[in-house]
Amino acid sequence: MATRPFRVTRRRRETSDTWTLELEPVAGPPLDFLPGQFTMLYAFGIGEVPISICGERGGRLVHTVRAVGAVTEAICGSKPGSVLGVRGPFGRGWPVEEALGQDVVVVAGGIGLPPLRPVLYECLRRRREYGDIFLLYGSRTPADLVYRHEVERWRGRFDIEVDVTVDRGEDGWRGNVGVVPKLIASARFDPAAAVAMVCGPEVMMHFAAGALLERGVPPEQIYVSMERDMKCGLGWCGHCQLGPTLICRDGPVYGWTQIEPLLEVREL
Amino acid sequence: MTAQRTAVVGPDALEALVDALRTRGFRVLGPTVRDGAIVYDDLESASELPVGWTEAQDAATYRLARREDEARFGYAVGPHSWKQFLFPARIRLWRARRQNGGFEVEQEPYDEPPLALIGVRSCELHAVEVQDRVFLGGRHQDADYAARRQGLFVVAVNCFEPGGTCFCVSMGTGPKVEQGYDLALTEILEGEHRFLVEAGSERGLEVLAVLPRRAAADVDLDAAGRATAGAAERMGRTLDAFDLRGLLTRTLEHARWDDVASRCLTCGNCTLVCPTCFCSSVEDVTDLAGDHAERMRSWDSCFSLEHSYIHGGSIRTSGRSRYRQWLTHKFGTWHDQFGTSGCVGCGRCITWCPAAIDVTEELAALRAGEEVDDAND
Amino acid sequence: MRTIETLLADVPIFQGMSAEALELLSGCATNTRFADDAMLFREGDAANTFYVVRHGRVALETFVPARGPVTIETIDPGEVVGWSWLFQPHRWHFDARALGLVRATMFDAACLRTKCEQDPAFGYDLISRFTQVLIERLQWTRLRLLDVYGNGR
Repeated sequence: MATRPFRVTRRRRETSDTWTLELEPVAGPPLDFLPGQFTMLYAFGIGEVPISICGERGGRLVHTVRAVGAVTEAICGSKPGSVLGVRGPFGRGWPVEEALGQDVVVVAGGIGLPPLRPVLYECLRRRREYGDIFLLYGSRTPADLVYRHEVERWRGRFDIEVDVTVDRGEDGWRGNVGVVPKLIASARFDPAAAVAMVCGPEVMMHFAAGALLERGVPPEQIYVSMERDMKCGLGWCGHCQLGPTLICRDGPVYGWTQIEPLLEVREL
Repeated sequence: MTAQRTAVVGPDALEALVDALRTRGFRVLGPTVRDGAIVYDDLESASELPVGWTEAQDAATYRLARREDEARFGYAVGPHSWKQFLFPARIRLWRARRQNGGFEVEQEPYDEPPLALIGVRSCELHAVEVQDRVFLGGRHQDADYAARRQGLFVVAVNCFEPGGTCFCVSMGTGPKVEQGYDLALTEILEGEHRFLVEAGSERGLEVLAVLPRRAAADVDLDAAGRATAGAAERMGRTLDAFDLRGLLTRTLEHARWDDVASRCLTCGNCTLVCPTCFCSSVEDVTDLAGDHAERMRSWDSCFSLEHSYIHGGSIRTSGRSRYRQWLTHKFGTWHDQFGTSGCVGCGRCITWCPAAIDVTEELAALRAGEEVDDAND
Repeated sequence: MRTIETLLADVPIFQGMSAEALELLSGCATNTRFADDAMLFREGDAANTFYVVRHGRVALETFVPARGPVTIETIDPGEVVGWSWLFQPHRWHFDARALGLVRATMFDAACLRTKCEQDPAFGYDLISRFTQVLIERLQWTRLRLLDVYGNGR
């Protein structure tokens, strides 16, 4: 599958190492997707990486990327007008339909918020069809909060509860300093009728799942987004294997009951 | 006269077979002796077949030896498998060229002649089917694999001389070919040196019709049956393949993994010679001016550290975890991912492992270890 | 107006304590309030109290040279601030500052320590509950130590 040229229409810096790009196809139809899916994003001549789609369905293709290597640095440095390659969308998305009628608990850590943002867009768009909605978001420091202004706007609404915490405070930060599992412990959702969607570093997801279980959320109602190296996104290169599953094809979103036994085996 | 699906040909007919395939536009590939082994390469004549050669194979051992007859297929399988032609070690996937402020992508065209494979063993035919599921059986089909697979002409061979590391019987993949071939040859050495030929398709029937042949008699059919039955009884290895998927799920932390890790060099030979291993990697390259880019796909191995690299480190850093990944995938999680076993019992991994690691031995040890643990509970 | 006793029954750390135990506790407790930016206690001072936050947020801080006060952790309503009162040398290890108006229940540590000695069963129960809080805080602190959001470089 060859990559499709997409032009960068907007570039915004989120944090010291994270940028958000908006893209539209140079030719052909726009890219439709389900919340939780990803594309393989290509920087000409440098390489390709899997990045979650983090915009609103029906709008431009939006990607929030953290610069951690040659490819992502090139992508983050792409100014409006430059062209990147896109393949996709790939993967299985978040249980937005399964959560209808339930409380929705979105738990994000660090760069884990972008893959969950489409869930919030979708649930807020169909607000009456869901119970209470919660966003619990943690990052390293206040300066590392992604979509800060948007999170603050959500916090100001009356139909969604937003709680934010940081691992380390900074000058002038008067919000929570602590870990995301602590936010889970005190959020006022109904555990019996909640669907939790968790995304962030693997260790953080593990602790968050533990906190959710402690609150009484059944494991079948907890979902996580897994990540492994990917070269093809199509189920052929073998790199994204995690035991019996191919993350690009069967994931990246999984139910906790399926993933938990796999995470218990070190170096699986 | 109705076409006969079965016939008997002499060894000289193989030259006519190669000719018939070449004139029909196929690129003919088959076994030949080179570099001290029987490998697969282009065949211009049937004289290039390994006439009168055989192999002595065991764990970490491969030697060519001379036979006392002129058998064309008197051996099992060498280091090559057919995957190098259907899933080549390195290909270009697409090219891209900078222009108009962006770039244009050109899918790599496939304009090579269709392939005709001579000497495909039953285990190898099963291996092709296993890779079919990987590359063609999912939501996306690999275009390059599909193009190479298209029009593939298979001249299969029923084994009569199994190798020292063969265990196709245990895996249910041989030694007799069941389906998926255009022609199947069974070499008969008792009495007159001849081949029983069975057509498995209309194309095979059409090619058979142009070979010098005679009708197959009962004596031919019996001799052919004895040849393959004999092969089934002389397997170099056996394996209890019952519920390996379950076994490997339950024994992920077994002490045996430490044992094999102390021997495994993580050299990846097994993944290179295995006819079903499909892991690949991609490389994006440009010219010096940076105006032209290409994406190359090449074979990769789960034994390399880079295979599981993510976020500044590899998931599987220990050799133990990488060997475990390979074995549990091949015999266990392959079922979860693709609905079949990944192993066809060809024995190449045993022969070509420099540390003489034998997968049948490792799996037997895991199974025995589990039984001991159960007994101690 | 609710008594301290009824308020304490709702505090998670005291959940399930008997009426007698709650009475013992409330005997050592008074309600108190802190204005925005006021210090509940300072590092090094004698630790003769602990607090349960009822309203507002408390920041546990330490002073780092050239960086100034750094917030280690924030404590929310329903949570306990302070355990240095439990063990010698009974000195605070951190500063505690009110972020906004804070209303809290303040416990006299000396009073409670005496009651624990007089009633070992009560003392054991109290220590167990504090230990659980400590363990949870330790787990969370360890999680932060891992710096999971770092980019691995």
